[in-house]
Amino acid sequence: MLKIGLAAFGACLPMSIPAGAQTASDATAETSMTGVPGDPDTGRKILADRKLGNCLACHTVSDMSEHPFQGDVGPTLDGVANRWAPEQLRAILVDAKMMFGDQTIMPGFYTLKVGVDVAEPFQGERILTAQQVEDVVAYLTTLTKDPN
Amino acid sequence: MNNAKTGLAATLALAVGLAAVGPAHSDPVDDTLVIDGELEMVTRVKAPEGHPFDEVISGWHYRTDETRALEADTFQNPGMLYTQRGEEVWNTVEGEAGKSCASCHEDASASMKGVGAHYPKWNAAAGKPFNLELQINDCRVSNMQAEPYKFDDPDQKALVTFVKHQSLGMPMQIDLSEGEMQQWWERGKERYYLRMGQLNLACATCHENYNGNYIRADHLSQGNVNGFPTYRLKQANMVSLHNRFRGCIRDTRAEQPKAFSDDLMALEVYVTWRGTGLSIETPAVRQ
Ligand code: HEC
Ligand code: HEC
Ligand code: HEC
Repeated sequence: MLKIGLAAFGACLPMSIPAGAQTASDATAETSMTGVPGDPDTGRKILADRKLGNCLACHTVSDMSEHPFQGDVGPTLDGVANRWAPEQLRAILVDAKMMFGDQTIMPGFYTLKVGVDVAEPFQGERILTAQQVEDVVAYLTTLTKDPN
Repeated sequence: MNNAKTGLAATLALAVGLAAVGPAHSDPVDDTLVIDGELEMVTRVKAPEGHPFDEVISGWHYRTDETRALEADTFQNPGMLYTQRGEEVWNTVEGEAGKSCASCHEDASASMKGVGAHYPKWNAAAGKPFNLELQINDCRVSNMQAEPYKFDDPDQKALVTFVKHQSLGMPMQIDLSEGEMQQWWERGKERYYLRMGQLNLACATCHENYNGNYIRADHLSQGNVNGFPTYRLKQANMVSLHNRFRGCIRDTRAEQPKAFSDDLMALEVYVTWRGTGLSIETPAVRQ
C-alpha cells in the first residue's frame, strides 16, 4: 500500500511535471479572457457547485468549511494565492494538463481537449465559461492564508 | 516522469513546493473480515504477475467501521434479503418447459459452489465471455423456454446474488487460457486506461493513481469486483456490476456503454483479473 500511496503522492510533487509539459511561460494566460473582472463571490459558489467546478471533490478550502466532505485528491487550496500568480491560476484552470502534464486527474475547465465518447449534453462544451473561470481565479486570489 | 525541464519550470516547481506536503492520504483500514465470527475472508492478497500493484485490496477495507461491521454479520447484512429472494427464484418454475433452476441444478449449495468465483468464463457457443447474468439468461432461454431477464430486473439481481453467494469466501480466479479470453483481457485493459468523457478520466486515473484518497466523501478503493452484486447503502438496493461500471463512466461525463456490451464485458474480464485471489464477498456492503 505504501508504494501506491507514494505514487499518488508523487502525482502532486512538483518534480513529477513530466517532460513535454509546457514551461511556465507558455502556460500562463496573461489577462482576463473576457475583459470583465472576475467576481470572487460567484467564484466561491462555482468551487462548491457539483455541476460546475466541483473543486471540493478533490481540494480542501478552510474558508469554505460550511461544505462538508471536501476531498483530498489534490493539495489544499489554502494559501494558493501565495504559490501561484493570477495568470498561472488562470492557466491551471483552463487546462491543467498544460501545467501538470497529461496524467493529471484535474480536468481542464476551459478546453475542448477532452476524453473519448463525451456524453451528448456535454459534446462541444467546455465545463466552465470564460467568465466563470475569471470568477474562480478572482476567488482563488483571495486565498492568502497558508495551511497550518 | 522525473525531469522538470527548464529553469522556469523548475522555479515553478518550487512554487508548488508546499503542495509536496501532499494530500492527506488515508490508508485502507487495517482489519480482518470474518463472517459471523467463522469464515475468514481473504481481503488482501499478493497481486498476480503483471499487475500494477504489489497487493490487491478489497473495497471492504476502504469503508467505515459501521459499513464493514454490517458485512461481517449475516443477520445485519441487508444484502442477505436478496440472497433469500434469489433462492425463491431458484425454486420457481417459469417458462414453457415447466422447469425451475432447481429442476436441473438441484441443490445450489452443492451445484453452484465455486461457480461464481470463476466468472466471466469463455462460452464457445457464443464466441465471447459470459458473466453469470448472460449464463443465467442462456439457461432461461435454452433450458426453460423463458424470457431472458432485462438488465437489472430485480429477479436477475437476486438470482445472481444467490448464485454468487454460494462461492462466499472462495478466491476469485478466472481462466484466461480458454478461447479468446486473452484478447478480451487486452481489450479490457485498453479500456481501463482510456481517458473518457468531458472530465477526461480513465478508470485507472481514480482507482490506480488515487486509491486511498477521498473524492468528496468517498474513500477511493482499487475498484475491485469481488463483492458484486453489492448492497449499496446510498441506494438502499443491490447494485449489479455493470450498473456500477456505468455509474463510474457517467461520472466522467462520457456516454455509457450498454450493459453486457462488448466494452463492458471486456472490462469485466480485465477488472476481475485485477482482483485475482480476493474472496468472493457477495453480497458485500458498500457506501
Ligand atoms: C478530480 C480531481 C480534481 C478536481 C475536480 C480539481 N482539481 Fe485542482 N488539482 C488536482 C490535483 C491532483 C492537483 C495537483 C496537481 C497534480 O498532481 O496533477 C491539482 C492542483 C490544483 C491547483 C494547484 C495547487 C497548488 O497549490 O499547487 C489549483 C490552483 C487547483 N488545482 C485548482 C482547482 C480548482 C479551482 C478546481 C475547480 C474549478 C479544481 N482544481 C478541480 C485535482 C483536482
Ligand atoms: C433444463 C435444465 C436446466 C435448467 C432448467 C437450468 N439450467 Fe443452468 N445449466 C444447464 C446445463 C446443461 C448447463 C451446462 C451446460 C451449459 O453451459 O449450457 C447449465 C449451466 C449453468 C451454469 C454455469 C455452470 C458452470 O459451471 O459454469 C449456471 C450458473 C446455471 N446453469 C444457472 C442456472 C440458473 C440460475 C437457472 C435458472 C434460471 C438454470 N441454470 C436453469 C441446465 C439447466
Ligand atoms: C472519478 C473517479 C472514478 C473513475 C474515473 C472511476 N471510478 Fe469506479 N469508483 C469511484 C468511486 C468514488 C467509487 C466508490 C468508492 C470506491 O470503492 O472506490 C467507485 C467504485 C467502483 C467499484 C466498486 C468497488 C467496490 O469495492 O465495490 C468498481 C468495481 C469500480 N468503481 C470500477 C470502475 C471502472 C471499471 C472504471 C472505469 C470504467 C471506474 N470505476 C472509473 C470513482 C471512479
